[in-house]
Amino acid sequence: MSTAILARPTLGQRVAGPIVATFEFLRLLATRPIGLAGFVGIVFFIFLAFVAPLFVPLRNDPSLVDIYQAPSAAHPLGTDFQGRDVLNQIVYGGRDILTVAILAALVSTFIAISIGSVAATVGGRLDTAILAITDVTLTLPKLILLIAVAAILRPTSFVFLAVILGLLQWSSLLRQVRSQVLSLKERDYVEAARSLDLGLFHIVFREILPTMRSYIVIHFILAMTEAMYAQVFIIFLGLVPVSGSNWGIMLYFAQGQGALFYKDSIWYILSPILAVSLVQLSLVSFAGALEDIFNPRLRGA
Amino acid sequence: MTAVPVATKPVGVGWDPRRYFGGFWRHPFARAVLKAVLTVWVTTTLTFFLIRLMPGNPVELKIDELIQTANGALTYDDAKAIASGLFAIDLNAPLHEQYLSFIGSLLRLDLGRSFLSSGTTVTSIILAVLPWTLFSVGTGLLLSFVAGIFLGLLAAYRRNSLLDRIASTGGSLVSSIPNYNLALLIILFAGVQWHLINFTSMRGAYTSGLEPGFTPAFIADIFYHAALPITIYFLTPLGHWILSMRSATLSALEEDYVTAARARGLSDGRIRTAYVGRNAVLPLVTQLAISVGFIVGGAAVIEQLFAYQGVGKRLLDSVTQRDYPVIQGVVLLTTISVVVANLAADLLYSKLDPRIGRAGGAAG
Repeated sequence: MSTAILARPTLGQRVAGPIVATFEFLRLLATRPIGLAGFVGIVFFIFLAFVAPLFVPLRNDPSLVDIYQAPSAAHPLGTDFQGRDVLNQIVYGGRDILTVAILAALVSTFIAISIGSVAATVGGRLDTAILAITDVTLTLPKLILLIAVAAILRPTSFVFLAVILGLLQWSSLLRQVRSQVLSLKERDYVEAARSLDLGLFHIVFREILPTMRSYIVIHFILAMTEAMYAQVFIIFLGLVPVSGSNWGIMLYFAQGQGALFYKDSIWYILSPILAVSLVQLSLVSFAGALEDIFNPRLRGA
Repeated sequence: MTAVPVATKPVGVGWDPRRYFGGFWRHPFARAVLKAVLTVWVTTTLTFFLIRLMPGNPVELKIDELIQTANGALTYDDAKAIASGLFAIDLNAPLHEQYLSFIGSLLRLDLGRSFLSSGTTVTSIILAVLPWTLFSVGTGLLLSFVAGIFLGLLAAYRRNSLLDRIASTGGSLVSSIPNYNLALLIILFAGVQWHLINFTSMRGAYTSGLEPGFTPAFIADIFYHAALPITIYFLTPLGHWILSMRSATLSALEEDYVTAARARGLSDGRIRTAYVGRNAVLPLVTQLAISVGFIVGGAAVIEQLFAYQGVGKRLLDSVTQRDYPVIQGVVLLTTISVVVANLAADLLYSKLDPRIGRAGGAAG
């Protein structure tokens, strides 16, 4: 099938398009201080979690003479209950947390988008059945379920944990994707694709979903915050027998070792609290700015 | 078997169940009840399969443990019989019968017995702690809903004012901090660093030795012990209510019926409450219902941190003690309470929105 009505874009145009769009996006973002701060925060934490460990040597040997030290030049964030450097643990403790959050968000977003858009496009009894299942999952107390599932299945790998988290949190996004697709599928271009008999796959993935790109990105970011919340929740409660060190495990040990009630250890427990909260704040404020930018109706509101 | 072409199927002849149940299903009340029953059933089934079918499931683990502690004095079948009693499942029956009897005993609210104190039923353990969670979560959530709606409405009416900025930005700031971090910060600063709060006296659901009853002293004591959990349940969703109410109010303000009401010369107060506020609050009622499940789940970590004897703390204790009947019971009874709360919200919603009262009008 040759549709030579429009000339194919040249290589220069194809490269220039996204660059111009990126600059336009950054210009719009720069006018929103909170969103910009969120963006900077996300870049910072991704750098901290994935790049910084390549340059900072891991120092996790216990040193019993340095237990619970206040911040100093040698230990900018003080030391923990075994005399280990807290800043070093913060640097090394972000990668697993962020990876699981991203993986879980991928799983839940994928389920929500693929099943939600198919349900809305096909309609009929399939749609009714999917909607009923979604409604049921939506009301379940998921964190209680998560505690029980973690207690019985004892997920030892981070990938498994990410899949469990993803499987628990797709329902609200699915509902929203479905209602979006329901309104989009009446548009002329979708009608045109349907009259050309281009098939369900083409209609969903080439016609409808591309127009929802920004929407999907925003909800992916919000799904990351949900997954991160649930993940640190379950690690903090000591229900995931994972080894190594991450921000959740730091919180777990800080509470278990009584750092909460020891005045000098405040930086030890405050560091993971701040790290987790700042990542969450950055993600939420960036998502808010994206919504503002991509939805011009809301601009200036 | 010969394929029957669809077109030759008689239309409108004979008894078509969909004509009766289809209409019934479309009624919002029936819909809500059916959804509630379905949710409970899904959780029950999920729990059953987790407990019974997963490799290394709790039942098998318990049988192994029983044999090992008895030091060979117990055969596999004896151990299995004991485990049957503990889980309230007949392990020798075929799986589908086990499942049916599991559902049956659940209907009688028989959830088996605790592993640790074999005399106590799971139901009695949970009924002793569930009210505290429902009380603290319910109070915190309702307070935050009311405060959030009020602030959101105010913020929308005074758009871009100082109050709007503080309410919107501050609200979203506090809401994006995880509740356990908020609780830890309160303990760290108010309790340990600045000595503003005496935590040890606030532990538990009420001061031991005090006679439970509807006396002023006891009620004050209950609120004293629940103050910190309630604060967390109040703060965590507050920003969400403010922002949702603000944007719902802003879009309601642009509706034609508001302009019409203004043109008719109705007072601002009446427009604000009966026209703008009432319509803006409707979608939030559904969100309130959904958030119940989330807050109850998040309560586990809050109750653990503040040593508040609710259902979440009980759940975590049973997880560390590997007391599976109690874990299972908590999951089921918590789900049932959340589902009942949702059902109430669904019914309230159809009361508040007359459009929903008619068949087929249920909006997502």
